[in-house]
Order: sequence, then C-alpha cells, then structure tokens
Amino acid sequence: MPSAFVLDADIDTFPKLLARNAVKFRGKPAYREKEYGIWQSWTWDEVKDEVEALAMGMLALGLNAGDHVAVIGRNRPYLYWAMTAAQCCGAIPVPLYNDANAEEMTYVLDHCGARFLVVEDQEQVDKVLEIQNQLPNIAEIIYLDKRGMRKYDHTHLNAYVDVQAEGRAGHARLAPIMMERQNVMNANSTSVMLYTSGTTGRPKGVVLSNLNIISAAISSSEFDTLNAGDSVLAYLPMAWVGDFIFSIGQAFWNGFCVACPESTDTMQADLREVGPTYFFAPPRFFEGVLTTVMIRMEDASRLKQRIFRIFMAHAKKVGPALLDGKPVSFGDRLKYMLGDILVYGPLKNTLGLSRVRIGYTAGEAIGPEIFEFYRALGINLKQLYGQTEATVFITQQPDGEVRADTVGVPSPGVEVKVADSGEIFYRSPSTFIEYYKNPESTADTKDAEGWVATGDAGFFEDDTGHLRIIDRAKDVGKMSDGSMFAPKFVENKLKFYPNILEVVVFGNERDTCTAFINIDLNAVGNWAERNNIAYASYQELAGHPQVYEMIKGHIEEVNRSVAQDPMLSGCQIHRFLVLHKELDADDGEMTRTRKVRRRIVEEKYSDLITALNSDATTVSTKTEVTYEDGRKGEIKATVQISDAKTVTREAKAA
Amino acid sequence: MNASAQTYVTEDGRTIGTPIMEMKNITLKFGSVAAISDISFDIREGEIRAIIGPNGAGKSSMLNVINGFYHPQEGEIWFRGKRRKPMKPYQIAQQGIARTFQNIALFKGMSTLDNIMTGRFTHMKTNMFWQGIWKGPAEREENENRDIVEHVIDFLEIQAIRKTPVGRLPYGLQKRVELARALAAQPKLLLLDEPMAGMNVEEKEDMSRFILDVNDEFGTTIALIEHDMGVVMDISDRVVVLDYGRKIGDGTPDEVRNNQDVIDAYLGVAHD
Repeated sequence: MPSAFVLDADIDTFPKLLARNAVKFRGKPAYREKEYGIWQSWTWDEVKDEVEALAMGMLALGLNAGDHVAVIGRNRPYLYWAMTAAQCCGAIPVPLYNDANAEEMTYVLDHCGARFLVVEDQEQVDKVLEIQNQLPNIAEIIYLDKRGMRKYDHTHLNAYVDVQAEGRAGHARLAPIMMERQNVMNANSTSVMLYTSGTTGRPKGVVLSNLNIISAAISSSEFDTLNAGDSVLAYLPMAWVGDFIFSIGQAFWNGFCVACPESTDTMQADLREVGPTYFFAPPRFFEGVLTTVMIRMEDASRLKQRIFRIFMAHAKKVGPALLDGKPVSFGDRLKYMLGDILVYGPLKNTLGLSRVRIGYTAGEAIGPEIFEFYRALGINLKQLYGQTEATVFITQQPDGEVRADTVGVPSPGVEVKVADSGEIFYRSPSTFIEYYKNPESTADTKDAEGWVATGDAGFFEDDTGHLRIIDRAKDVGKMSDGSMFAPKFVENKLKFYPNILEVVVFGNERDTCTAFINIDLNAVGNWAERNNIAYASYQELAGHPQVYEMIKGHIEEVNRSVAQDPMLSGCQIHRFLVLHKELDADDGEMTRTRKVRRRIVEEKYSDLITALNSDATTVSTKTEVTYEDGRKGEIKATVQISDAKTVTREAKAA
Repeated sequence: MNASAQTYVTEDGRTIGTPIMEMKNITLKFGSVAAISDISFDIREGEIRAIIGPNGAGKSSMLNVINGFYHPQEGEIWFRGKRRKPMKPYQIAQQGIARTFQNIALFKGMSTLDNIMTGRFTHMKTNMFWQGIWKGPAEREENENRDIVEHVIDFLEIQAIRKTPVGRLPYGLQKRVELARALAAQPKLLLLDEPMAGMNVEEKEDMSRFILDVNDEFGTTIALIEHDMGVVMDISDRVVVLDYGRKIGDGTPDEVRNNQDVIDAYLGVAHD
C-alpha cells in the first residue's frame, strides 16, 4: 500500500479547516464575487458564519448524516459554501454540471439518491421539477436566486437566505447537533463525490475521502509553493475535480482567495480585473485567446503589426529561456525588457494574465506553438496530467523543466509505473476510495495493492524522467496491415491549426485512415471575411470548396509530419470530410468537459464513415440535433468528401 | 373580460388593479388627417396591454399621445385618477411613464452603462454647481443611481456588455439596452414600441421572458405595440385593435382573435 500520509486530527476535514482559517486568516478575504458591478468579498470568519448558518438551516430541514446533497449551478461563493455546509452536517456534496440535460441529470441524481438539492436559479429548479417524479428521494430543494420563484409551491422549495435565517434562529438547538456530526468525521470519511465525465459510458461516481483531497492539496501546494497571498478565478465547472481541488482543497489549505465571475459571459473581463496569480485553463481556452489576439492584430495598424512581429519573434527566442533561468546575453535581455514595455506587458494585462505566477493546462494535449507563445510572454504555463480518480495530480512539470510534449514528472507522493502493455498505473494517498455503487468497475480499475489503471498509454523518457502520453489505451488499435493506430497523435497535430476546432480520426482495423473535421467558426469566419467568401451559415461555410482546399493543405502538412514517425506513419489521412455541424455535448457527441466520445460519433455518423471508405465524393446524411431547450430537430446535408495526398514510407526511405 | 373596475387576480397569480390610465374620446389630427379619431380605452394597473393593428392604424401615434409627445385636439387623458393637462414629455417622464422606440434611439457612441444611466436623469436633483464640485451630494446621488442601474443590468443579464459602446452591439442587444434604460427610470407605466421587431425567434423568446418578468417582479404596467401575433396573444392580458385611427376591437386575446372586424382588417389579411 502507498506510504501513509497522516493528517493531524484538528485539520482532517473541511469544516475543521474552515474553523482553523476563521481564526488564522481572520479578516482576510476568502471569496469574492462581482455582483451589481462591484466586487463583493467575504472574509474567512464571515464565510464560517455563512456556512454554519446554512448547515444549521439544512439540519432544521431534516438533512441526515450520510445523505447526498447535489449542488447545481455556475461558480458562486454561495454554492461553494453549500458544499462545505453539507460536510458540516456529515452529508456528502455532489456537484453537478449545470448545463447537463434532464436525462443526464436524472441518471446522476437517481444514482446518488440525493435527498437535498442546492440549485442556483429558476432554470435549474424547473429542470429538477420536470424530472422530480422519477426521483422519489428528493426531499428538499434550496434555491439561491429568488427571481421568478414567487409563485412556485414552496412546500419543499426553500430560498437559500431563508434556510440560513432559520439556521441562525435555531442556533442554540442546532449548533450542538452540527458539532456532533462534525466531530464524528475524520480523514477517512467521504469528503465529496464527483461524477466522471464519461468518455466511454455512463458517468461513474468517484468517492473521495478527506484524506484524498487534503493530501493532494498539501503536496501540490508544496510543489508550487502556493501560499495565502495567491488568488484564483473559479470559472471551470464545479462538478469537475480540478475546480474542487483549486477552489476548495488548495484554497482551504493555504487560505487564499477564490474569486467568482459575475456571469459566464464576463469571465474574460473579470479575469482581467482579478488578475489571479494561480490560473488553470484547458488548452481550448489558450487556443481561443491566441486566436482572438491574432485576429485583432490583423486589424491593427501596420506599425503596430510590425512591432508585434519583431518583439514576438524575439520573445520566442529568449522568453522561455528567461523563464527557465537559463543564461541569456545582456543584449537579448535588454531587448526583452523593451519588448515587455511595448508588447508583452500590455498584452498580458489585456488577457488578465500579468500576475500569473503558476499557470496550468491539462485535459488535452496543447499545441507546442500555443504553449510556446504564452511561455514566450513570460507566463509560467505548465502541464499536468491527472484524473478524477487521482484527485487530479498524477504528474506535473516542475519549474524550469517545462516542455510542450511531456506531462512532467510524478507529483510528490505519487508512484507511477508503465505496464508492459504501455498502460500507465499510479498510486498515492490521494487515489479514490471507490466508484459509488459500482464494485465491478472499482475492481477493474484499482487493484488490491492500490494501483489504479489510467486507461492511457504512455512512456517515460529515459534521459529526463518525464512522462509522455500517447493516447487512450482503448483507442490505440491496429490498422489492417498490422501497423499501430493512435488517433489522438494525428488529431492533436491537426487541432493545433487555429482553423480546426475538432478532429476525429478513424482507422482501427481498416486499410487507410480517414477523418472528420470541425472548423473553428471564429478563425475560419474571419479568414472568409478577409477573402471575400460569403456564407450564410456554419453549414455553408463548412462545405465551401475553398475551406476544403485550406483544410486539405493542413492535412497534407500533417501527413508529411506523421510520415516521419516510424511507428505511426500508417496513420496518414487519406480521405476526409468537414462535418456539417459542430460536435456538441448536448447531442452526446462530447462529454461536458468537451472530450470527443469516439464510439458515439462512430455509431451516429456510420453512413459518413462508410462513404469515407468508399470512392464516393459526396454523401447525403440526416443528423438528429438537440436544441438548448431539449427539443430535437434534424439537419439534412450533403457533405463533400475530399482526398488528401499521403507520403509513402518507401518514398521516405529512398 | 369583466368591464367593471374591480381588482382581480389572473390565472398565473398576478393582481390586476383598477385603471391606471384612461384615454377618453381621443382625437388626434395632423392638418386634416385624423390619425386617431374618437378612441377610448384604459390600461389597468399591473396588466400587459397590447395595441395592435395594420400599418398606419395610429398605434405609434397613440403611444406618443400617452407619453405626451403629441397633444390630442380632443379628448381627455386620465392618469392615476387625475385628468392630465397638456404636458412636456419630460414632465410626463417624471410622472412615471417610460418608453422604448420603434427604431432604436440610443446614444451609439456611449457605453451601455452610460446609456442606461440617462434613464435616471429625471430622478437626479443636484444642480450644475454641485455636479461641478462632484464631491458630496452629486457623487452620493450618482452612486445611488448607479446602484439602481446595476440592478437593472443584472435583471436583464447584460453584465458582459456594460462597457461596450452601444453602436457595436447586435440589434437584439441594443433593443435590450433600450428596455434597460426605460426600466432604469423605475416607471409605473412602461410603453414599448415594437420591442421585438427585427428579432429572431430566440431573441423574441428572451425579450418576451424579460417583459413578463418585469411585469411580474416589479408590478410594472406595460403597454406595447407588436406585430408578432404569436407573442401578443401569449403575453398580453388585454388587446386593443386599431384600424385607420379607429378602434375596432378591445378585449382578451381570445375575444380579439375571434372578432370578425379584427380578422377582416388585420389578422385575416395581413397575417396568414
């Protein structure tokens, strides 16, 4: 078993950490949220008061120890408090994706048997009421925003502030019960249950103990020397393990401040106002920001464009070296300082990243050029590799050893091994307890010695000890001629082009590889505008011959690069099509964390795949789509299929 | 619909009070053209009242009469139990009547926030002297007004465009900013001139939701002109139908929909 990680009994649960912080960090802001145009803040002692009021209110409503409390909404301090309040009552918080549709929500709520729900607003209440008849366990619903709620039947609906008021009123009676519940909890009690996004099937409920979360928070904080002076912006889904670690785990351990954006749309502006020192974003975010910067630079005056180009070239040359503390000549340093005044500083300020001390990206591979761009600017962007089951951290890149193609060295306290099959295994004090109500899956994933299978294939580099990920182990297959097929390897290369948003490559047990492409409407739209290409819809732009020509160019470039790899040169794309719709989580084609569900895409578009493997040049198809309100519709389209040039291995050998 | 002046409660639980505004035998002429001839109707407190009719029926003229831009040659306007003398539009605005316009009338170069702040002008009391000095009463007043404006911004969910110049916004959002400016005045009676013209289905749904929410949350009485019959029939409590300056129908959406005159003049012909 992994080495024992022992927590002191007075800090082994989140309610206890909250009590500690209320004294240790009295008067220091714990949460901020922009409301009515002004940043509101709550200090740690105020947070303790708010959390306890809600906890006692929930006790008055009849919350039992061991109950599951579902939390649904966007990142708001009140909802974070609801999770801690549930823990104060000995209950288990279960944050849910707030954009989940009724079916997904029904499954999760039914599976965890949630008795209490804390939801953000009328929209979520309506969603829950709609499915309530299938969920007999639901006892009470607590909602945050009173707007539009006046006329609802309030027998089992409660406003958040009213629950708190009731809690405060019953303090004398309820406080002892709450303390009693808290005192029973220890490092081994369940802290939270998080549902995996489910790339392959139904979401699984990952049970994480207090020890899991707090140990992960402690070691990762030490790794990056996080402290009470840091600040983060909480904008990623609360149901995702990363947000729980950053916005609760590490925040409670270090006592730093968590800021919540005013609304989902204002994230970028709020980021700039908050200026976090510790920032996490998926590659998609960094790609999107870079695309916006480039589009706006194209509209800038010629002089500005020139200054930008000269100094960005210089930054690419010396920026990463400066960040890694490597020797750089005095002249280069001077030029970099000038660039910092003219370009890098203002740009970082606009992006809201000027104060970032530690930035992380994970979840998907990030394009080397995108990665280098941010590092060149002097932003310490690093990669990590993690999973819900590991309480995020498996490997991380230490400062000074940052590269685009690896995911770093094992995080402190984590043992990592690569099996003969290439699959990566790990164990640590932070590995999960079990999948809730699913002993078979638990046994499949975690063995008796505590090693957990990641389902990813990879290898350690001999010279550096860094881990490199190849692909999902399940997705790695064989082409019909027996050569290795790793779709992600090719997909990532293609996704690094700003014009391409998403790619799905097929080729397992086939003669040749084929691909679906999703264009990035922002980048391609801007390109179309510049080239006087008129289009009325996404579908029309996607099917435009010039767009095909451009994508074909990208694919052929990638084919040339893939041909260089002796193991994977068979994965060159022979034929491709540009999909007539964006892959969407609402249609089940992606997870809520925006990872492609390969099998579902394969089933849904089987007619297109058949056509790709034939000689057809066009194919007519009908696709079912789900609108935001849950209604279903159909898109009909005739999709072009185009060939791409490939490089033969013989030619390379010659 | 009961014609009596009794207060009643609608099916969805809103209280509709006694008439807040009564138009009695209004006639408005431009030269020899009678834009409105001898029209009477009332608007009750808390209701959503639609004015519909074909182009040139006199709908916008009627709205302009209500907010005092036009002065009718004949007839009486009663507002909150008192007969209203001819007034300037700003005096009427001070009485608690705000409006939006058919073709957006915002300050294009100003930010969303500044545009909405102009909706508070009728509520500002400090004079030029104090505003020049700024510190003290003027600053306090600005803060109070800003607070009200921020609540409106939150209500209409336009936080993300707070600092964006209005001219850069898409049409649907500009319409929403105009509604925000009218709401910032905290009106008793809100006049909306074609709030959904030129919008797509999604924008119309949003706007309908906001109109219903304004009515529900603040109890604001709303009179609106709209051409989309689906929207009108869905959201309004009572509808008055005009044609060539005459009133040809008045009642609940159902009554109006089945009124033969209305079908002949408007629904049956102009709409399929």
